[in-house]
Amino acid sequence: MNTRRTDTMADNREVPLIQLIDIQKIYQMGDTEVRANDGINLSIREGEFVAIVGKSGSGKSTIMNIIGALDTPTAGQYILKEQDVSKMKGDALAEVRNHLIGFIFQQYNLLSKQNLIENVELPLLYAGMGKKQRRSLAMEALRKVGLEDKWKNYPNQLSGGQQQRGAVARALAGNPSLILADEPTGALDSKTSGELLDFLQQLNANGNTIVLITHDRNVAERARRVVGLQDGKIIFDESVEEYRKQVLV
Amino acid sequence: MKISQAFKLAIRSILGSKMRSFLTMLGMIIGVGSVITLVGLMQGVTNYIISTFADLGTNMISVNVTNTDTRKVDVDEMYAFVKENSAILEGVTPQVSSRYTVKNGSTSMSTTVTGVGEDYLSIHNLELSSGRFIRYADIKNRYPACVIGTYVAQELFEGKVSIGDTLKINGQVYEIVGIQAEEGDSKENSTDDCIYIPYTNAARLSGSADIASYVIAAKDADDVKAAEKILDNYLYGIMKNEDLYYISSMTLLLETIHSTTSMLSSILGGIAGISLLVAGIGIMNIMLVSVVERTKEIGIRKAIGAKKKDIMSQFVIEAALISCIGGTLGIIFGYLLTRILGNAFGIEAAPSVNSIFMAFGISAAIGIGFGYMPANKAAKLNPIDALRSE
Repeated sequence: MNTRRTDTMADNREVPLIQLIDIQKIYQMGDTEVRANDGINLSIREGEFVAIVGKSGSGKSTIMNIIGALDTPTAGQYILKEQDVSKMKGDALAEVRNHLIGFIFQQYNLLSKQNLIENVELPLLYAGMGKKQRRSLAMEALRKVGLEDKWKNYPNQLSGGQQQRGAVARALAGNPSLILADEPTGALDSKTSGELLDFLQQLNANGNTIVLITHDRNVAERARRVVGLQDGKIIFDESVEEYRKQVLV
Repeated sequence: MKISQAFKLAIRSILGSKMRSFLTMLGMIIGVGSVITLVGLMQGVTNYIISTFADLGTNMISVNVTNTDTRKVDVDEMYAFVKENSAILEGVTPQVSSRYTVKNGSTSMSTTVTGVGEDYLSIHNLELSSGRFIRYADIKNRYPACVIGTYVAQELFEGKVSIGDTLKINGQVYEIVGIQAEEGDSKENSTDDCIYIPYTNAARLSGSADIASYVIAAKDADDVKAAEKILDNYLYGIMKNEDLYYISSMTLLLETIHSTTSMLSSILGGIAGISLLVAGIGIMNIMLVSVVERTKEIGIRKAIGAKKKDIMSQFVIEAALISCIGGTLGIIFGYLLTRILGNAFGIEAAPSVNSIFMAFGISAAIGIGFGYMPANKAAKLNPIDALRSE
């Protein structure tokens, strides 16, 4: 049942960062039951870079929502950093998202009426941090993504690649345990996609744990471990080297 | 998230769509403005009515005394008493009225002859068309001076009368020293059918040395009650018997006027208040639209860690700010409108402080009350659905 393989680079801590135990997510669509996730078991250790791949309808969005604490499973257990998230509700989930998870969305999702640094400060604001500290942490995050000179700009004054880097800065600002990227290159051209993926790899090399959800094989190959989903079940969980040899997933 | 942050967000959001914010506020501006204007104008009208009645004597107190051999009210003492209480009493005049036959040569008529003090004219707000009024010296010397009304001038002199002419009252010769300006319609029994003489002469004409009636003017209609009280104490002190004096005034009438106009002003304020309600619904409507429009934003905020109360306070504060800014503008608008309309109608209208506070309080309450529902809707949004919306 345990499909997890130990990554050579992962540290040897006993408790993984993410533990999904027999996760079920069932939607009721009229009379029919849709099993979006049907018994998913997955452990991710700190410092891993995991790509979750699958076609549309495979359940990868559902599992992303659960990992991202945006949703809770119908059954099963989700342990994130030793906290059972699966039974949490509303504000408790919001707190988990705020403290432990940095989101990178396909559509960047920067707030258009706020400038870049205010966008990056947003998670720190909701964490209740004071203005000075917020500014300095947000500026540091912008420096990491190379946008410190654009901090005053509004999202519509930035290119797609810059906006996505801004979104990465926002994800990094609160120093989360997990960076969760949902099709982060979906709206970018191939050159800026490549640059962003380089950057994510660099972040991982610096010790950040990254989970990336994608349907794109080229994107998935940038991770170090690939988990394949189909019909709500895990059908593949190997290193990226093994994934490259696979044609079916 | 701190409240100050929520305020900043709200201000930014209001400034972000200025036109829409202004149109939303417009309902509030008109609502608050009309409440203040109507209440202020009504207050002005009330004051106008009361001052009109004051001309008729709402500040006037009549005192009738039944003097006895042992106890009586002396005229000089009465004057002294009024002077002592000049804080609320403006003046006093004895008033001794009787009907007498008045003659000019062979022409004769019957009219009311009133013995008065020198302040009678100002107390009753009367005016002369020529000559002078009865003076203190006339009273002291019992000088036979008289001031006649226009009806008497017409009847006895066919209108051709001049200062210095004489007439006979009850057989005694009086010199006409003044003519009263037309007050009524110069008909019989009108306020122009009258002759004024010094009260000392009138007392003698009536054959009684004591003055039984006085008219006392209070400073203001509002002082009448207090004035009646001190008069009552004073007269009881002298007469030792409530049945030997009688004090009357128009306070009851005044109270009726007050209650009527304040009822009218409540009704008008209530009608204007309906526009406040409509304004509140307008705010709720805009906030609901705003929640739908900003679903994506709410989704992003929630995904990043905004709690229910963060979203809630953002929207409630925005609605409250819109209505408070609208309310403040409405107060200014109402203030100016009250002044302008008051001037146009010739009424001294001033917006009352109460109505300003009330209007502002109501607008703030409406903002919070009507902002609550949309804010709650926003706070309850599921972040996944909200993120998916465009």
